[in-house]
Amino acid sequence: MRELIQKLVETYGPSGAEEQIRDVIRADVEPLADEIRVDPLGSLVVRKQGGEGKRIALAAHMDEIGVMATYVDEKGFARLTRIGGVRSLTCVGARVAFADGTIGVIGVEEKREDLTKLPTFEQLYLDVGATSRDDCPIQVGDPAVFVRPFVAQGGRLISKAMDDRIGCVVLIETLRRLKSTPHDLYFVFSVQEEVGLRGARTSAYGIDPDMAIAVDVTGTGDKPESRPMAVSLGKGPAVKVKDSGMIAHPAVRDLMVQRAKEADIPYQLEILERGSTDAAAMQLVRAGVPAGCLSIPTRYLHTPSEMVDEEDVENSVKLLLEILRKE
Amino acid sequence: MILRQLSDAFGVSGNEDDVRAVVLDAIRDHVDEIKVDALGNVLAFKRGTGRQRLRVMLDAHMDEVGLMVVGYDADGRGFLKVRSVGGIDPRLLPGTLLQVGPERIPGVIGIKPIHLFEEKDKRVLKLEELVLDIGAKDKDEAKELAPPGTYATFATRFRELGPTVTGKAFDDRAGCAVMVELLQGERFRFDLHAAFTVQEEVGLRGARVAAYAIEPDCAFAFEGTIADDIPKDKKDVSPTTELGKGPAITLMDRSFIADRRLVKLLTDTATELDIPYQFKQPGVGGTDAGAIHQTREGVPSVTVSVPCRYIHSPVALLSLDDFNHTVRLMRESLLRLTRRTLQ
Amino acid sequence: MKVIPLLKQLSEVEGLSGYEGPVRELVRKLWQPLVDEMHDGKLGSLIALKRGAGDGPRPKLMLAAHMDEIGLMVTGIEKGFLRITRVGGTDRRVLLGLEVIVHGRRDLPGVVATRPPHVLPEEEREKIVPWDKIFVDVGLPVEEVEQLVEVGDLISIRREMVELKNRRVAGKAMDDRSCVAIVTLALEHLSRVEHAWDVFAVATTQEEVGLKGATTSAYGVAPDLAVALDVTIGAHPGIRRTDGLPLGKGPSIGVGPNFHPKLAARLKEVAQAHEIPYHIEPTPGRSGTDAWAIQVTHEGIPTALLGLPLRYMHQPVEMLDVQDVERAARLLAAFIAELETDFLDKLAWDSRVESE
Repeated sequence: MRELIQKLVETYGPSGAEEQIRDVIRADVEPLADEIRVDPLGSLVVRKQGGEGKRIALAAHMDEIGVMATYVDEKGFARLTRIGGVRSLTCVGARVAFADGTIGVIGVEEKREDLTKLPTFEQLYLDVGATSRDDCPIQVGDPAVFVRPFVAQGGRLISKAMDDRIGCVVLIETLRRLKSTPHDLYFVFSVQEEVGLRGARTSAYGIDPDMAIAVDVTGTGDKPESRPMAVSLGKGPAVKVKDSGMIAHPAVRDLMVQRAKEADIPYQLEILERGSTDAAAMQLVRAGVPAGCLSIPTRYLHTPSEMVDEEDVENSVKLLLEILRKE
Repeated sequence: MILRQLSDAFGVSGNEDDVRAVVLDAIRDHVDEIKVDALGNVLAFKRGTGRQRLRVMLDAHMDEVGLMVVGYDADGRGFLKVRSVGGIDPRLLPGTLLQVGPERIPGVIGIKPIHLFEEKDKRVLKLEELVLDIGAKDKDEAKELAPPGTYATFATRFRELGPTVTGKAFDDRAGCAVMVELLQGERFRFDLHAAFTVQEEVGLRGARVAAYAIEPDCAFAFEGTIADDIPKDKKDVSPTTELGKGPAITLMDRSFIADRRLVKLLTDTATELDIPYQFKQPGVGGTDAGAIHQTREGVPSVTVSVPCRYIHSPVALLSLDDFNHTVRLMRESLLRLTRRTLQ
Repeated sequence: MKVIPLLKQLSEVEGLSGYEGPVRELVRKLWQPLVDEMHDGKLGSLIALKRGAGDGPRPKLMLAAHMDEIGLMVTGIEKGFLRITRVGGTDRRVLLGLEVIVHGRRDLPGVVATRPPHVLPEEEREKIVPWDKIFVDVGLPVEEVEQLVEVGDLISIRREMVELKNRRVAGKAMDDRSCVAIVTLALEHLSRVEHAWDVFAVATTQEEVGLKGATTSAYGVAPDLAVALDVTIGAHPGIRRTDGLPLGKGPSIGVGPNFHPKLAARLKEVAQAHEIPYHIEPTPGRSGTDAWAIQVTHEGIPTALLGLPLRYMHQPVEMLDVQDVERAARLLAAFIAELETDFLDKLAWDSRVESE
């Protein structure tokens, strides 16, 4: 599973430009699919038709956060806007990569009024080493993602885009290991989650499921001077109770807890104060969908060094399998 | 000029009757079916020649930002208390001329004169502190002439300045004008559904239900968008769009990310025919495409705009060349649009 | 049905956003004798149908009042004290010193802990207490707390309704249980009169966290017309006159982009014809109610909003005037009874449309 994780996290795929990551995922899942399609906004939907049971949608998002060039000046420096929840704090000195592999460095204006305050996005700029607007390979509208190599160390896995490539990995592994299911399953590798849960919303409309479960990352409360949160790395996958965008349907949440207990899989109960997932969008589709979320605890969210615990990932796959293979 | 009629028409979000009448008049003889839906959107259908099986949606919003009367001054002297409908910078209201209600009663917003200015007055007055004066003698008269819920717009009249024109509500009467011109032309190969929508300024409301009803395969939204090309202190600041540089194509704003295949159709067409175009600064603003692209199973969409200075003020300004290039770019792109474009 | 006991029942029952079970069962019981059928929506809204008279198909009117209330939830346990977060827009300015119920393995009475002023540093006393400094104390030994309570457990506010002077009452959850009461009373009126339209009375869920019950149940019901009922800010010192409506002068009818003008006009006519006092409530944008979600469902639904003036919203002392509740119910019932089958034709925006 490590190779799969590395392959996925290192692939380029900012919100709105997910073609590359979709191709990588598609190659892995197509042989396992009963049906496969790409829907109008670009989400990849894989159907695994088990039996006459419930129609269940599972969603993990393919897109990652990044930046987009908004303006190129005469010296070849570019100005930026964010794609998804990027903080200027994580940008200064960061490296980003464009679709064609061009690398850029994010700098910050030295002449700022108050150096003790965090720079605003308007005070950042991108340097690709060009000397003028004409020889700058970057154009207005080109999106880029953060660059950081994948590292596995002491049972922890560190990379950019664990959010939510790790969720995609869980879905792929589940698909691989799923021997039988009484349900009609739709594995959705969604687009544009980071900019507003857009792909999952429309995909769920198309599927019209009886139940929906998102697989996404969540934060932890186990770092020095963390805001209080009852989730820690290594204590198992988290069953979402509530986040800032939704309240998990009690029946779905109880089902997830029950399956974890039955199979002796460690789990944690999660309340995320800030942030939400595809489940919040799927919940409101058509006449409503009971929805929940299986969360992988992650430190340093929305930085280029998101950290997960390998056991948590393995247990997430196990838990999802337990949920799907039973009635 | 259709833009003149559209700009002068009164149509704050939720009260678009006037604009709707102008639109219906302009397109009636050029489309096959017209429906006005539950929210007041005008849904016009122009059948295609049948050579392309595609449902294409065009969109422009009829509503403008304005004010609503919510009360009267506490001392009963006949002044109106107002709130904004959509986003208005309160700094531009003092000294403005407005028209109030269905009778278009003239009104003014004035503030304490400079002769009486004190140090404590050196701040921006909030909308809650301003009053709209229609000259009423007391609260009863004010309430009769402008009951709670009455709408008010800027009183600006459209004016030609030469290569440019000025008027109110170019956001988005410019987009409506583009759409009217496209509908007044020949049929395309595919079925065209044009939605003149309501209530964009208060949350992209009309477009959402229009797109749900139309179920298009793709959508083009038209806007009068920000041109912020006045001189600024800091050098490296994008003007968002610039007057004179042609229609502006949105790649990404806060409401949606444009479908790159549709963007390519537009840029290829522009390049082929030497039509100037620009990209709107990514990450700024939101449009009906934000609502449209999220309906049902998703709709690939793009927004094309006429650059306008000073939107959401009484005096927007745009270039007629930009306007005409926008119409031409859209017409030519639609002529080249096929099912294969979306593959 | 007596109004004050009805309000008391609805106010005191538990039912936080997302966990509306107990209030749903109460409403089901109340509506059972008044409607023809009921079912639960996917997100737990209670959807009841009272059929109109005459042969079908009849046009559909949806009524929406939300049954969820705001509250708190356990996010962690530290030395036996409970860390909390809010469910919906709970106002932390009113939490200190409140009595609550922690719904753990069993219901546990508790209090919101407050440090006495003697030990509070000056700067803290000047600030509203932040969320991470608020704890709930159930007064039990640590081991017991850890046995009985876990992360995700709900905490509701313990408050009995009080009757004040001039037929005014105050309590928790009047937002929006008071409007559920209005719908209930209206249904009672309608059990004695004929009406042409099918009425779908919906007690929606999760309004406080994003109008979720309304969004989804409106999609499921797909009505031709909708009237939402919600509380609106009541006037008192400290609020601008244009921001609050006086108690005791009747319900409000919303005007603005969220509401179909002809539907609002009809409500006004009915109020005038029946001499029911009312206010016009100008709303320049988002109404912050279920009406906002319902209006843009499917291909658009003409929507109206009846407002009940309420002081101290989102505080456990929400206060209303019982007369306003009774008037709103009469207005709603009269409106429904007088709704003609072809009313939708009268809602057309423009009559000058001609097609080729």
